[in-house]
This record gives sequence, C-alpha cells and structure tokens, in this order.
Amino acid sequence: MDSKRSEAAQRAADMPLAVKILVAGGFGVGKTTMVGAVSEIRPLQTEEVLTDRSIGVDNTAGVEQKTTTTVAMDFGRITIRDGLILYLFGTPGQDRFWFMWDELSLGALGAVVLADTRRLADCFPSVDYFERRGLPFVVAVNCFEDGFDYTPDEIRQALDLDGAIPVVMCDARERRSGKKVLTTLVGHVLSIHGHAPPREAGAPVY
Amino acid sequence: MTGHGSEWLDEEAGPLVRSYALTRGRTSPGTRGEGFEMIAIISTVGTAPFSSPNVWPEHLAILELCARPLSVAEISAKLRLPLVVIRVLLGDLLDVGLIAVRRPKQDDRPFNEHLLREVLHGLQAL
Repeated sequence: MDSKRSEAAQRAADMPLAVKILVAGGFGVGKTTMVGAVSEIRPLQTEEVLTDRSIGVDNTAGVEQKTTTTVAMDFGRITIRDGLILYLFGTPGQDRFWFMWDELSLGALGAVVLADTRRLADCFPSVDYFERRGLPFVVAVNCFEDGFDYTPDEIRQALDLDGAIPVVMCDARERRSGKKVLTTLVGHVLSIHGHAPPREAGAPVY
Repeated sequence: MTGHGSEWLDEEAGPLVRSYALTRGRTSPGTRGEGFEMIAIISTVGTAPFSSPNVWPEHLAILELCARPLSVAEISAKLRLPLVVIRVLLGDLLDVGLIAVRRPKQDDRPFNEHLLREVLHGLQAL
C-alpha cells in the first residue's frame, strides 16, 4: 500500500495544477455569458447541497426537520499551458449563498464583478464581499445597448471604489472583451503586490 | 403528508435520495479524503477490482472519466451528481489508492508572481 501511495504522490506531481478566478455580479448581468465567451468548453454546471437541520419550534413533539438547499454554479475552463488550467466560476447570485462564496474565494487569484448600469446596485454585495475579504477584483461594466452611458470614473464614484481598482467597459458576449477583463484583473493583482503592471511587448493595448 | 415516508417523495427530493443512497448517508469523505476542492485535479492510477462489493458503478464512472486528469467540479458536472456526493466517492477511491489528487495551492491567497505571469501570458495568447 505504501509503495502504491508514493506512486500516487509522484503521479500527482505530474498532473496539471488548477487556479481559479470568480465572476460575480447580480442576477442576469451576464456572468455565465462571460464565462462561456472565454471558456474553451461550453460552460458546465456543478451543484452543492446544503443540509440544514432545524427543529420545528411550534411542534411540541420536537420533530426534527431537515431542509436542503441546492446551489448551482456555472464554470468554464481555459488551458493556460500544458499543466496549468484556469477555471472561471460564476458565483451563485443570491445573497443567501454566501457560504458558497467562502469556498469559491479560497485560493482564488481574484474576481471580476460584472455590473449593469441599469441596475448598478445589484453589484454592491459582490463589491462589499470582496473588499471585506481582501480578494483583488476589477469591475467590468457589461454594456447593454439600452444601458446608461457612464464613464469608468462615474462608475467608480457610484460604487465608492478605491481609485486603484480598475473599471473596464466590456461586452460579456465577446471573447476579446472577456479576455481584456481577465488580463486587466491579473495585471491588477500583480500591481497590488508592487510588480510592474503588465505591458507585454506585442500585447494589444486597449 | 400523505403517508409514511412521503416527505421524500416530492420531485425535488428524488435525486437527493439517490445521491445519499450512493454515499450510504455519508456526507463527508472518508479517512484521508479531507477537502476535495472544486479545482483539485483527479487522475486514475489503478484499476478497480470488479468483484468487490464496495465498488459501485459511480466509482467506476469516476475512474473511467479520470483516465485523463479532471477537476472535481468537472466530475460533478459530467456525472450530474452534487459535489458532496462526488467528494465521498473520491474519498473511497483515494482510500484504496485508485486515484491521485493534485490539490490547488490553498493557503489563503498565496501571491505567486511566477504563476500570475504565466496566467497573464496564457490569457494574452488566447
């Protein structure tokens, strides 16, 4: 068994390493659309089941009731190179699923908060969450055709964002646009840690 | 409630009952199965003895899927089983040495410049 285990450990070292980025924002803002636009696979869905035991207070027999909640999460995948995979997780929209956000945030490189100018307040909870948690994030404004025409500075002001947090205009349906949002995020994480912001030779400048 | 056991019979409960039946009611992985994170990568490293009563079709399905390394989230999505169930089944398989696990770097937000630059280059090359 021991030799089997060390063999397994060796095998594990040869396996791909995975990292993740979260895509958060209000319901219907385009999280899964953005994940799908940049993912190399059609977005998949996984689910977590939360079991909550509660005792009926108005039942003198004290019958124990078990309630369950299912939280679905959409995700996509980008192979960065052989042996390194980036997963993009759309966070569950409702606030009552915070417990899932904690698991999703653990070890994440950073997060994208998608905003819709018609319902800007919908992204407040995501912004608050990542600020509290200290997880680096960028705000990506999904420019719907009938949305309001705000500048990034106006958005930053409306969301009361720290001046260093990038605000990017995007079209969640466009691969190129999603790519720009993600590279902005990773560049932002690097700059937070005092490393030169990314301006690679040959890379498109937006 | 219309009769004994009917609390299990609404349509939402159906798949869940099956899920927990699969894990024999266990909701957390076995002895060494601590934390199968959603992006932990699983790879099959052994062959299950078909005759064993402890090997179920779902175990075999995981072993077949992970002939090529796959994340826990993808296994859950492809087998249409909740993460909680997949984690228990993976715990079984790890206990008998049939899978290997590559865990993500999980110490809360390790800053790794090299890794970030790799991700950045990969994204720019998309």
